[in-house]
Amino acid sequence: MNSSQRGFRIFRFAAPQVFYPLAGRLAPWFAAAAVALTLVGLWLGFVVAPTDATQGEVYRVIFIHVPAAWMSMFIYLVMAFWSAVGLVMNTRLSFVMSQALAPTGAIFCFVALWTGALWGKPTWGAYWVWDARLTSQLLLLFLYFGFIALTRAIEDPRRADRAGAIIALVGAVNVPIIYFSVKWWNTLHQGASVSLTKAPSMATTMLAGMLVMAFAAWAYTLAVTLWRVRPMILERERHTEWVGEVLEREGGRK
Amino acid sequence: MKARSKRLMLVGGGVALLAAAVALVLSAFQQNLVFFHTPTEVMEGKAPTGKTFRIGGLVEDGSIQREADGLTVRFAITDTAKVIPVSYRGTLPDLFKEGKGAVVQGTLGPDGQFRATEVLAKHDENYMPPEAAHALEQAHKAGMTVSQ
Repeated sequence: MNSSQRGFRIFRFAAPQVFYPLAGRLAPWFAAAAVALTLVGLWLGFVVAPTDATQGEVYRVIFIHVPAAWMSMFIYLVMAFWSAVGLVMNTRLSFVMSQALAPTGAIFCFVALWTGALWGKPTWGAYWVWDARLTSQLLLLFLYFGFIALTRAIEDPRRADRAGAIIALVGAVNVPIIYFSVKWWNTLHQGASVSLTKAPSMATTMLAGMLVMAFAAWAYTLAVTLWRVRPMILERERHTEWVGEVLEREGGRK
Repeated sequence: MKARSKRLMLVGGGVALLAAAVALVLSAFQQNLVFFHTPTEVMEGKAPTGKTFRIGGLVEDGSIQREADGLTVRFAITDTAKVIPVSYRGTLPDLFKEGKGAVVQGTLGPDGQFRATEVLAKHDENYMPPEAAHALEQAHKAGMTVSQ
């Protein structure tokens, strides 16, 4: 870090030796929040929320499908953000953050596609169609796979960081395409029920269940990412003095 | 600081250029990205009528007729401006109903009849309990103007 940043306290957390213990302290809280929110969300979604007038019970897939799809898009944007910060500011922790996020994003992306297919068969009459929404979401899954494969395949961490950052930034262009695909083109996938520009077109308890599940997905993502980022930091900083101290302390506890 | 602003310009400029390129490509392929065409587009000759294509719209109220063989169905698909008659042999998805959205895939015959090989139900973005749907229907029947 250069001297011009000394005035900003927030940058203190960009230092690996400060962030490592902080991540360890925060992760359990987010994990607890994720469990609590998931229980409440599932209860709202599967017990409290009424049956849908046209779809019947099968609509309840939205309590998993929609939060997963939102999260898969949002995580990719966050990865792109950290990648841009890493490229511009040369902060190595940023790249580690984007790489720690990727597996969770890929899982949510897969869950969204999978639950969508299971819902599509009874509702549309087909597991899969090549409409713009489904195709761009599948492309997102491949972008996640590409990012993970590339960053793991390159030995030199600095080169791996840069290559991954470029995939993250290039692929980020796909996210608004996914989101607006149902608006820009005729798609089989229905339009957004919840958006910033209009009132949600669903019953209140249904909406509540979906939003609580979305917060659960946030908390889960934060918890697993913070846990994943810790060993990654240790590995990268293994030649430094503070990692030696941490290993000694944590090794001594056993 | 100098080098950092330069890198910011590079990254920002690169993403902006890429976004512009993608936007151009997408608008050039606009026609191929639509999953279905509307009946109005078909009537105006904008759909690829020579080969298999898809038409999307609402199943017209009162148009569903089942043939004696129990498998062949005739109905009309409309975007409220134009109507296209469709014939289809096979099973229909559960959500296929009069007044609801559907997408049909097949070919347009010279007689103007669309022969579908696949019928998909298109769900809208509205989710509501049956009581609310019932209330809406009653209100609609009573001639009130209900915004959808």
